[in-house]
Amino acid sequence: MRAPVSWIRELVELPADVTTEKLTDRLTMLGLKLEAVERAGGDIQGPLVLGRVLSLAEEPQKNGKIIRWCQVDVGDANGTGEPQGIVCGAHNFAEGDLVVVVLPGGVLPGGFAISARKTYGHVSAGMICSARELGIGDDHDGIMVLPADAGQPGDDAFGYLGLDEEVIDLEINPDRAYALSLRGIAREAALGFGVPFQDPALRATPEPNGTGYPVVVDAPDGCPVFVTRTVTGFDPSAPTPRWMAQRLQQAGMRPISLAVDVTNYVMLELGQPIHGYDGDRLSGPIRVRRAVEGERLTTLDGVERTLSAEDLLITDDSGPIGLAGVMGGETTELSATTSHVVIEAAHFDPVSIFRTQRRHKLPSEASKRFERGVDPLLPEAAADRVAELLVAHGGGTVTDGVTKVGAAPEPRSITIPTGLPARVTGMEIPAHTAVANLESVGCGVTVDGGSLTAVVPSWRPDLNDPFDLVEEVARIVGYDKVPSVLPAAPAGRGLTPAQSLRRRVGRALAGAGFVEVVSFPFTGPAALDALGLDEDDERRNTMRIANALSNEQPYMTTTLLPGLLETAARNAGRGQPDVALFETATVTLPRGTVAAPILPVDRRPTPGEWDDLQKALPDQPLHLAVVLTGERERTGWWGPGRAATWSDAIQAVRDVAQVLGVEVEVRSASVAPWHPGRCAELLVGDVSLGHAGELHPKVCTAFGLPARAAAAEIDLDLLLERAAPPSGPVVSSFPVAKEDVALVVDAALPAGELAATLREGAGELLESVRLFDLYTGAQVGGGKKSLAFALRFRAPDRTLNDEEITAAREGAVALAAERHGAVLRG
Amino acid sequence: MSGPNTDYDPVEVTPLKADEVEAARDAALAAIESAGTLEELKRVRTEHAGDRSALALANREIGALPPQARKEAGQRVGQARGAVSKALAARQAVLEAEHEERILVEEAVDVTLPWDRYPAGARHPLTTLSERIGDVFVAMGWEIAEGPVVEAEWLNFDALNLGADHPARTMQDTFWMEPPENAIVLRTHTSPVQARTLLTRKPPVYVVCPGRVFRTDEYDATHSPVFHQVEGLVVDEGITMAHLKGSLDHFASSMFGEGITTRFRPSYFPFTEPSAEVDLVCFVCRGTGLDPAVGTSVGASGSTAAEPTSSAHGSCRTCKGEGWIEWGGCGVVNPRVLVACGVDPERYTGFAFGMGIDRTLMFRHGVEDLRDLFEGDVRFVGAFGTEI
Repeated sequence: MRAPVSWIRELVELPADVTTEKLTDRLTMLGLKLEAVERAGGDIQGPLVLGRVLSLAEEPQKNGKIIRWCQVDVGDANGTGEPQGIVCGAHNFAEGDLVVVVLPGGVLPGGFAISARKTYGHVSAGMICSARELGIGDDHDGIMVLPADAGQPGDDAFGYLGLDEEVIDLEINPDRAYALSLRGIAREAALGFGVPFQDPALRATPEPNGTGYPVVVDAPDGCPVFVTRTVTGFDPSAPTPRWMAQRLQQAGMRPISLAVDVTNYVMLELGQPIHGYDGDRLSGPIRVRRAVEGERLTTLDGVERTLSAEDLLITDDSGPIGLAGVMGGETTELSATTSHVVIEAAHFDPVSIFRTQRRHKLPSEASKRFERGVDPLLPEAAADRVAELLVAHGGGTVTDGVTKVGAAPEPRSITIPTGLPARVTGMEIPAHTAVANLESVGCGVTVDGGSLTAVVPSWRPDLNDPFDLVEEVARIVGYDKVPSVLPAAPAGRGLTPAQSLRRRVGRALAGAGFVEVVSFPFTGPAALDALGLDEDDERRNTMRIANALSNEQPYMTTTLLPGLLETAARNAGRGQPDVALFETATVTLPRGTVAAPILPVDRRPTPGEWDDLQKALPDQPLHLAVVLTGERERTGWWGPGRAATWSDAIQAVRDVAQVLGVEVEVRSASVAPWHPGRCAELLVGDVSLGHAGELHPKVCTAFGLPARAAAAEIDLDLLLERAAPPSGPVVSSFPVAKEDVALVVDAALPAGELAATLREGAGELLESVRLFDLYTGAQVGGGKKSLAFALRFRAPDRTLNDEEITAAREGAVALAAERHGAVLRG
Repeated sequence: MSGPNTDYDPVEVTPLKADEVEAARDAALAAIESAGTLEELKRVRTEHAGDRSALALANREIGALPPQARKEAGQRVGQARGAVSKALAARQAVLEAEHEERILVEEAVDVTLPWDRYPAGARHPLTTLSERIGDVFVAMGWEIAEGPVVEAEWLNFDALNLGADHPARTMQDTFWMEPPENAIVLRTHTSPVQARTLLTRKPPVYVVCPGRVFRTDEYDATHSPVFHQVEGLVVDEGITMAHLKGSLDHFASSMFGEGITTRFRPSYFPFTEPSAEVDLVCFVCRGTGLDPAVGTSVGASGSTAAEPTSSAHGSCRTCKGEGWIEWGGCGVVNPRVLVACGVDPERYTGFAFGMGIDRTLMFRHGVEDLRDLFEGDVRFVGAFGTEI
């Protein structure tokens, strides 16, 4: 809400020492936050003065133009007192007229610097200004000619034009609708500085009678009050007074015509949106009713709108003439010929206005106020004020007829213990302070023993609950008075196991050289196609966002890979082809399309209701994904580097599993988006965690990744659930027996499977088995490979003898031979 | 060895002559002294102290002397051999020390050679900052609560006193899941975790909830459809706004340094009443609004012609000269929220607050473009290491 400071000061007499800065500081601490202070002519620099045109000579030019060579008296403003010679292209002024002159050295809006320059054969020392050039109007009719009483030549023009006006822009929270008016802001200023406030809405108005413009309200729930007043004989050509136009502009509204400007002015002044009708274009009584579904109305903005049965309409015998409280219709709008003005000042239901505004995407100054709540006692005073201003500036007569349908609701009252503000805020607030502060916001307060009852003023629809009164009391006492006291929480249990394990996972991956990234969880069909997912891949079963920002990414993602691969590609594009990235985030897996219930709010949900609500939400497991591109180990002076491979992706998962104390099993698999021969499934027991390996070459191409990029994605929750601290590890101090065996097997046999067999066959004396060499080639023959394992045997309670060691080793080899046809390599 | 020769005349036994023994000793000592390497010393040892050395031969002859002569000869030879042996040991020690030192010199490397063979990993600053925030509260006995990002409309709005027709709840801000009538949204704030917490725990409740939230904002340097908040919630007997202030002051000083506190300005949130905006004393200028880096050195550069820039004016760049930084929102939990969650508002009061983690990260660490947080450039994330 933009408010000219002089307007505030006109409505409340502030102490002399209250500067604009003090005013805005106080308003901010009362809850009307200052956004900015602007000077109306903020980008204009002087000298900008009044000048009188002493003489003018018209001089035709070769280009057909006729310019005027003027001598302008600017008093002493030019330092000499001599007339100023200025060339002017406009013709709408005469000798003796008072005009606005910007002298050399001045700057007009847009950084347009003025200097004395030679033009059309003269040195033009300045410029005679139009309203448009000064940024204070759209007047195309040439320069501004001021009334004779505007001032003397040489007077500073900023003051006269309102260009030195300070305008404060306040952020108004939705609960403080009353502050969307000068009336409301002035009231806050008054209570902020403890000065009396004369409410401009308190004015004597004529009693309603039966002779006003007829109104029928068919929907009193949507329109509790509807007032009309009528002005006839109004001069539609009368100009808007300068002060009014200036204030409208300073408040951010465009002056249009006197009749329209007056309705806007009164809305700004009092907070009551007003609608004016051309009385001659109305036919029959005004009727307020709900629309018929599908009914049509062309609003003032020229758009034809199809209405809903919930929309509240203003109609006459011709049909709909306005969307109540939101925007008027074209057929009855005030025009350049309107001399018969019917003024509507009504009160509309905030919810109805909010829905209509939202349905038609038609936020307006009126709807903004109605949906937040307008003072229901205002219509009569506001209509009267409009009539007064119309007649004062446009002539004509206010007719005697006053229509008023409906009535404002009776005021509410709220009772609270007088100690409640102190109890809630922790400040010392005596009862008399609570009473005084509530009275200063306009409440009528009575005290009865330990409680007080506040009658809520009509302009405060936001005050409904005891705590609402607490806030009113507290903000006037001042939030800066709230003491700082640490609450004593009961002993906490620290992080949950899952929370601390997640930190451990992040640290382990960072320790292993992975860089964490955070991506948006949105994806789209193109990304899922780029992954090469089958039509029936479960990762295509996505939740769709109804109002996604991008048509390319309308889904909640089911996999972290698209975001991660795009991030790796972005790094490559920025000259970082060697990256190892990881991300942990939830994915969204739909469970069906059950609606989430909207539960009551006046009680706790029942267990059944709570259960239904939970069930309607999708599964959102925490996933972990990694991607590696380029070199895993750098090339350097130490020698060549090592390219990241499928095994690094698998190892990342193993590293994570290891810090969680979980043994992960690796099986070969063939799943998109991985290379079908270089893909592993990762399992804990029978539970599949996810996959890892080298990405399919097509996927690398589709995402613009360096060739042979590797990636992994697992359900981290599944892994976290299985995390276990080590339980009683036994460390034997007896000597170890090391036995190496090299086995020749079919090339297709997974090494992991053979290792498991060895482990099984070696029995419980086996401490560890580790693959240390892999050989394929002529020495073992085609289709075969040799895998060399280091076996370590140890007993917890004794030194093993040769027989025991041999037996264990042979047991391992024998089982490998039996199960896989493994042959001990000589 | 032969038996004693009692007829032997020591005077007649040349090697045992005093001058012979002395000469052999001196020759040995000279050779030892001139041995320049351990190898040379080894040769000297063989020559002058070995089995075939003069002194060894002399020693061997002692037995042949008549008993009366043995003592004197033995003493003479023994002293000479002792001197040689001692000199050998001393020289050995010196040469060994020299040798070791030389090897160490020869083994010197260029320690400025880089070892960036294994690129360093890093954790995302949003993660580590969230953890740090969590730790501040966990240290006070609070716990960390969590909730899903795809959330029920009722929890995101209605339970928080944001009914369907509340002006603060507009279609433009919220991502709705298809179909919208299923009443499932992307949570627009971490506040639904307040309701979840109250519905699943009994008071006293002291929790913080860092998490990811969504609004339909266009993506630019200061806005993002995806961002992060931390929510705090306390519900207990006798809780007041003063406890809220105390908790936030502690939070502020823990994150930004001793003496950094907060201020409240009245504001509006449907789920709190009274409500306040929280401002933080600027931790860079400590509330003065002046740029501490410029200080008294304004103009010292000698520039005269140019118009003073805003930083030459000495405005703090972190708070834009305000002395305060807008940090978040807070307030006393609206009793309507307690009722919807089945908490007795007559017995319990509470407070709640919410801050932007992304914004906090940006001003705490001078990040100028919000998009840097989500683009995953390893140079950006890497700069933050593993803790923050």
